[in-house]
Amino acid sequence: MKRPSLGSLLLALIPFIAMCFSVSLWDRIYPMVLGIPFNFFWLILWTLLIPPCLWGAYRLERRSASHPRGPRREGATR
Amino acid sequence: MTPSGLALTLIFTIIAAGSFIGFFAGSRYKMDLEQWTVAARGFGLLLVWLLMAGEIYTTFTFLGASGWAYSRGGPALYILAYLPLGYVIWFFIAPEIWEVGRKHGLQTQADFFRVRYSSEFLAAFVALVGVVFLIPYLQLQLTGLGIIVEISSSGGIGRTPAMLISFVLVAAFVLTSGMRGIAWVSVLKDGLLLFAAVFVGFAIPHIFFGGIGPMFLALVRAKPAHLVMPGATTNLGHKWYVSTVLLTAFGAGGMWPHNFAATFSAKSSDTLRRNAIALPLYSITMPLMLFIGFAAVLILPGLTNGDLSMLMIVRKAFPPWFLGVIGGAGALTAMVPASIQILTAATLFAKNLYRPVFSPRMTDEQVGKLAKAMVIVITSLALFCAIHSFATLVSLLLLGYAGVTQFFPGVVLGLYWKRATMFGVFTGLVTGIALVAFLILSHHDPLMGINAGFIALCANLAVTIATSFLTPCHPNSFDPSDSPLPS
Repeated sequence: MKRPSLGSLLLALIPFIAMCFSVSLWDRIYPMVLGIPFNFFWLILWTLLIPPCLWGAYRLERRSASHPRGPRREGATR
Repeated sequence: MTPSGLALTLIFTIIAAGSFIGFFAGSRYKMDLEQWTVAARGFGLLLVWLLMAGEIYTTFTFLGASGWAYSRGGPALYILAYLPLGYVIWFFIAPEIWEVGRKHGLQTQADFFRVRYSSEFLAAFVALVGVVFLIPYLQLQLTGLGIIVEISSSGGIGRTPAMLISFVLVAAFVLTSGMRGIAWVSVLKDGLLLFAAVFVGFAIPHIFFGGIGPMFLALVRAKPAHLVMPGATTNLGHKWYVSTVLLTAFGAGGMWPHNFAATFSAKSSDTLRRNAIALPLYSITMPLMLFIGFAAVLILPGLTNGDLSMLMIVRKAFPPWFLGVIGGAGALTAMVPASIQILTAATLFAKNLYRPVFSPRMTDEQVGKLAKAMVIVITSLALFCAIHSFATLVSLLLLGYAGVTQFFPGVVLGLYWKRATMFGVFTGLVTGIALVAFLILSHHDPLMGINAGFIALCANLAVTIATSFLTPCHPNSFDPSDSPLPS
């Protein structure tokens, strides 16, 4: 199995931090944005930001797939 | 025609149109097991999109999300987070699962476990657990269909007869169309669902409050605590949010048995990656569903069952024909995922549970026949549960997720950690399932503010890793580096 690259994993971690772990920072009503309570606005915003994050990860994965750094070492997936 | 007659006629017209599309799309292909279950691995970008969206956006989206916004408030925020995050997980693991699937001709999730851990026994156990936890998800869809028919007929058709009608419709639909037909019905279903979500989501706040902003201002004035966690509950706070989002995102990231079928039906792994990038955008309609539930808090206070709020408010605000269109959209939104779930559960039972245990010499053709017979059995089982239970749609969904996410260690460690062993995964899975069953049945969910399924998942992961270290590991056929490297 090919492990994902560190860069793409970090890109994937960003939405988890923003939408999940940081909940106590953004779970509030004010400031309301576009008439929507802040917590809802925040989650909607990040739903829109996930595709760019994954697009970045996709580019990184493609690059590492097309430039393999030599034959993979035995135990590299360990 | 009476108003409810008009609404029901429209609902059944839409269902008939959907069934026709499904039947027509499926009828051009010979329905062998490979075609029926994974559409012969021929789906491109568009059809994988339709199938993924088709199986993720269910009655739960349609009725359950607004229902929880109505009855629980703030905790419903988890619904906005888990699907997009699920796609982040899916982005990484789906292409790997697809590669293995193509290499070994896998059709089901249990096949994956059979090949990775070289164990028919583990595969049979995984199939059993998969079928058991698909039942509440299926029950959710039948309950949703029942609610739709009941409300659209203004109570003229009761919940139980409504669910019986739904049962016949869904079973007939699965038997005739297979995976390809189901994907094409998603075109109609998703079109109607998008229209319903966008139109109703904007129209309801507009009609009653003059817009989404004024609606929230009114809600902030009347019930500010309803909009943040723990909302109308006492025990669904931030710890519950984090643990539930993680549990359901790991689950939505491909742990459902039917997610595997969708993954295998893709033409290439790149198709899956690009789908995972775009699919989060599709869940942008989710907030609108929650807004409908919030509007109902002020307009229709005192409903005993929040899951009714969306349709009740549509009935209050619009003419009967419009209720019919929304009801029809909702009905297809229940039928498409229900069909995928039934098809998957039936195949799992026939191929990975019945054949290895009772009749190893069965041909694929016989497995296909048994699977079709199982469609009726499994749908009846879900119908029985639906009639005899009063659980809310969200609690059914969370029960299913608490169960299927227990596959996460077996799948992810199986893909990326060579040391993971059959014994490790089996003992971990048993620990996880036992803990879920115990905590939920003894009403300890959430436990100390943490989602019970998540606690079980952590125990499962720890046991899987520990037992894997204690048991000998065998080389598995997944890793290309096991084959001699070209010099």
